[in-house]
Amino acid sequence: MPALAPLWEVFIRARNGLAHRHVGSVQAARDVYTRRGEGLSIWVVPSDAITASDPADRDALFEPTGSKIYRHPTFYTVPDEVGHM
Amino acid sequence: MYTQALNTREDQAAPEDAERLARFQARIDAEERIEPNDWMPAAYRRTLIRQISQHAHSEVVGMLPEGNWITRAPTLRRKATLLAKVQDEGGHGHYLYAAAETLGVSREELEEALLAGRAKYSSIFNYPTLTWADIGAIGWLVDGAAIMNQIPLCRCSYGPYARAMIRICKEESFHQRQGYEIMLALARGSAEQKAMAQDALNRWWWPCLMMFGPPDSASLHSDQSMRWKIKRFSNDALRQKFIDATVPQAHYLGLTIPDPALRFDAASGHWQTGPIDWEEFRQVLAGNGPCNRERLAARRKAHADGAWVREAALAHAAKRAARQAA
Repeated sequence: MPALAPLWEVFIRARNGLAHRHVGSVQAARDVYTRRGEGLSIWVVPSDAITASDPADRDALFEPTGSKIYRHPTFYTVPDEVGHM
Repeated sequence: MYTQALNTREDQAAPEDAERLARFQARIDAEERIEPNDWMPAAYRRTLIRQISQHAHSEVVGMLPEGNWITRAPTLRRKATLLAKVQDEGGHGHYLYAAAETLGVSREELEEALLAGRAKYSSIFNYPTLTWADIGAIGWLVDGAAIMNQIPLCRCSYGPYARAMIRICKEESFHQRQGYEIMLALARGSAEQKAMAQDALNRWWWPCLMMFGPPDSASLHSDQSMRWKIKRFSNDALRQKFIDATVPQAHYLGLTIPDPALRFDAASGHWQTGPIDWEEFRQVLAGNGPCNRERLAARRKAHADGAWVREAALAHAAKRAARQAA
């Protein structure tokens, strides 16, 4: 069996000032993810360089914020007369 | 929370290719964002490293005055809020150190500069939090001033800083509201509570006006930072915006701004204040504010107490690397 081509994760900056956003993975190819003027610049990162969590573990990572509604501005009352704050 | 135009003058940069400089300025003028791998003048890089790291230090030191009241918050609701707010400030420090690192400095060297007393942070955090009302005043006034300053930074020419500021502004919107809510509760409370709110306003008002940095006539970096679109409004313009927004909020609370000269100028539509005591500002920056020594000592102690965590993280990384190599 021939050596396997490494897998890369591809990120594209769609517009000036925006962050790069993940668009998919690629082994080796031209014109993948970039056939319709998708953006300004590309980052590629070796897939195995990414440390990822398992969605099955999401509770451990995200559930604790569910009860912390006081982290949101709407939790606090500011009278209408005071205007935007 | 905030960055202040309180810097010392740069030494002149080595001459750089005029053509490159012109191309760079043209990109800025066209509202393009500069990204970490793009060419940039050395002075632009230095200015950003200084500003972003001062901003990061301000977030981190800013946890101290409020942290002082977490265990003494009057209700569980207020305690949960204060914890969340202080936690946000720690997070904001992280975002900002990371943005500074994209410019080629390490977080370790930035922290070292803070602990050694070489780096600056916002003057406001060198004032003490004496009563619970100070927590209200900080949210309402200090965070209000910080937001005024930070919103234009969301359009800063340096991409990573601008994006960090967007996230920070979004997260910070609760900080000011919770502060005003505290002030309102005190202002509508007993005579003693109202007096406590007034006392906090008396002590925080002038230092908050100083948060915007020296007057335009004495600001060292403004012109170049404006040309580079790191800064979008002058110190005085932002200060005026803050005053105009805040005076009516104080009136709604039934509190008095501690400035006998304060008056509304109908012709310009602005509130005009009496003179700001810039000597006090200079003294606080020079290290002689009420809490400068205490703040640095607390940071140094926290850094030393956390040494084992950094060592453990490095040991863990080394062990994993060794296992992978085997």
